[in-house]
Amino acid sequence: MANLTQIPLVRWLMRNPIWGFVLIVFIFFSFAADNFFSGQNVMNILVQTSTIGLIALGMTLVMINGNIDLSVGATLALAAAFAVDVQSWAMFATWGNWQILPAVCIALLVGILMGAINGFIVWKTGVDAFIVTLGAMLGIRGLVFVYTGEQSFYAMNFAYSDFSFLTIGPFPVLAVIFAVAVIAVHLLLSRTVHGRNTYAVGGNREAAVNAGIRVGPHMMVNFMLIGFLAALSGVLLSTQMGAATPNLGRDYELWVITAVVLGGTKLTGGKGDIIGTLGGVLAIGILRNGMNLMQVPAFYVLVILGSILIAVLFLDKRFNRPADGGLRL
Amino acid sequence: MLLTRLKAGGPAIAKQGILIAFIVFMIVFALMSDRFLTTANIMSVFRQATIIGVIALGVTIVVIGGNLDLSVGSMLSFATVLVVDLHDKIGPELAIPVMVAATLCLGAINGFLIGILRLNSLIVTLGMLSAIQGLVLIYSGGQNVDIADQSGTWFAIFGRGAIFGIATPIIIFLGLALIFHVIMTTMPFGRRVHAVGGNPTASVFSGIPRSRIVFMTYLISALCVAVAAIILGSRVMGSQNNVGQGYELQVLAAVILGGTSLLGGSGSILRTVLGVLMLAFIQNGLILMGQPYYTQWLVTWAVIIIAVWLDVAAKRGRLFSPIA
Repeated sequence: MANLTQIPLVRWLMRNPIWGFVLIVFIFFSFAADNFFSGQNVMNILVQTSTIGLIALGMTLVMINGNIDLSVGATLALAAAFAVDVQSWAMFATWGNWQILPAVCIALLVGILMGAINGFIVWKTGVDAFIVTLGAMLGIRGLVFVYTGEQSFYAMNFAYSDFSFLTIGPFPVLAVIFAVAVIAVHLLLSRTVHGRNTYAVGGNREAAVNAGIRVGPHMMVNFMLIGFLAALSGVLLSTQMGAATPNLGRDYELWVITAVVLGGTKLTGGKGDIIGTLGGVLAIGILRNGMNLMQVPAFYVLVILGSILIAVLFLDKRFNRPADGGLRL
Repeated sequence: MLLTRLKAGGPAIAKQGILIAFIVFMIVFALMSDRFLTTANIMSVFRQATIIGVIALGVTIVVIGGNLDLSVGSMLSFATVLVVDLHDKIGPELAIPVMVAATLCLGAINGFLIGILRLNSLIVTLGMLSAIQGLVLIYSGGQNVDIADQSGTWFAIFGRGAIFGIATPIIIFLGLALIFHVIMTTMPFGRRVHAVGGNPTASVFSGIPRSRIVFMTYLISALCVAVAAIILGSRVMGSQNNVGQGYELQVLAAVILGGTSLLGGSGSILRTVLGVLMLAFIQNGLILMGQPYYTQWLVTWAVIIIAVWLDVAAKRGRLFSPIA
């Protein structure tokens, strides 16, 4: 055992237990499920996880900041509703396939706006992000229902609903978008001033203020980023379905938080990275996909995921002792 | 000017902020709809609020102890499906104790992981939320359950019955609220929960068994869910297997509205009752005014943020956060 911990890979896996788990379930399903181990299925997993994965990238930033965003599911639904509905506005009737462009732009702007509202309230009132976004979760869902009038919108433009079937070379376009977003947010977090500030603000807010970081606007930017990513996820989800329903994205906030926490990001802030989050997202994706292929009822995935979440938390506590402190909302 | 006024009279007003807001809403709704302030309407709102209300009592105690419980929604699905399903299989006399015992076991798991192992409560109960929802689906095989003989069973008294003309759910809710209020304000256990939530380290140095207290708060929370499940199962005489989905956040909204701090250490059962009733009356009043049901969510959004904002502002003596 003592020798084992000398190996860099083992030590890396001990710090990122989720990747060990991803590896194990991947190998397990490769043997257990017939059609699991194929390039096509790996692409499927990436497409399936892109929805939750995109939001999880933003959630990582917000959670490293020491905040949380519970309103992402509602933001996703609002953006999806705009993306599908704006295409059918009369003013774009003659635009042909170009009518998708303003629709997607407006949807993404709506997402950024919702994030900005959350961030601004957190900044100016000093109310905890948990409470602010809990309220916004209800309120933005209300906006969705007001906007849609409880109706589902269907995309009339086939170019829109066919978008999710496009491929770039062998890669599905949704997987490519997800991969690009992963790399972009990873670089943002690890190579830019904004990324370093994100850790600083989450690690010690007082010290960050004293160091001259404008903490309020900084947090607001991160909320706008997660709003943007939630909206992007909503747009992509609505292209996959060819429709936007008012209940879209219910409970997504819980899945996203699960993925991010599985990836080792601390709720207390100051710790976490995109590589871990990617592991958490893939763990959920592979489990769902693999058990689906084995025709295990979806119920069991819930039990297993819940147990893994608690197990990862327990292992993390055993191996990374210094990060004690518990929840301080 | 606003700032100085806030410094002087603010804390007193903000302390009663929820009560003032409650009265203002009641007056507005009473003026807007002549059916709002009738005994029948108030009783029916009360009755609808009891499910969330009973759960909110338990969650308030957990939150005062410095933790969160997000698993109550799934747990409600679990308990309701169990009690309704067992009702026809082994009879209500046995179904109720079996269900209560099973629900308490789930509470004990929460309590063990959070109280004894000291794991983060938000993540543990998030994991339990998903695990218990899975358990319910496995148990019921995805089917909804219901009671065959709906008129012949005495199980109906919990949700549909009345004592002295007052519906039983209301009596159960207010009775439990009173009991928990007395426990939390006058008994050693209540003081210990406050101490553990306010300053865990200091509480340990004062000889308070922190682990056991936290464990107990989760048992109480599970017990409240079991009671809510009896009311719900008895009223509906059946259950969907996701009946409690989303309850955890509505309950939390009511608790927060009641002024209980998520930091732990402060909060009050009676104010939680007020928070629960306020959300219920907002919902009812808006519907009586002819608004679609989803406008309540927009109003709730504003009410929660303003309520907590005023509370926070009063504590720091400034309206806006000093953060740059």
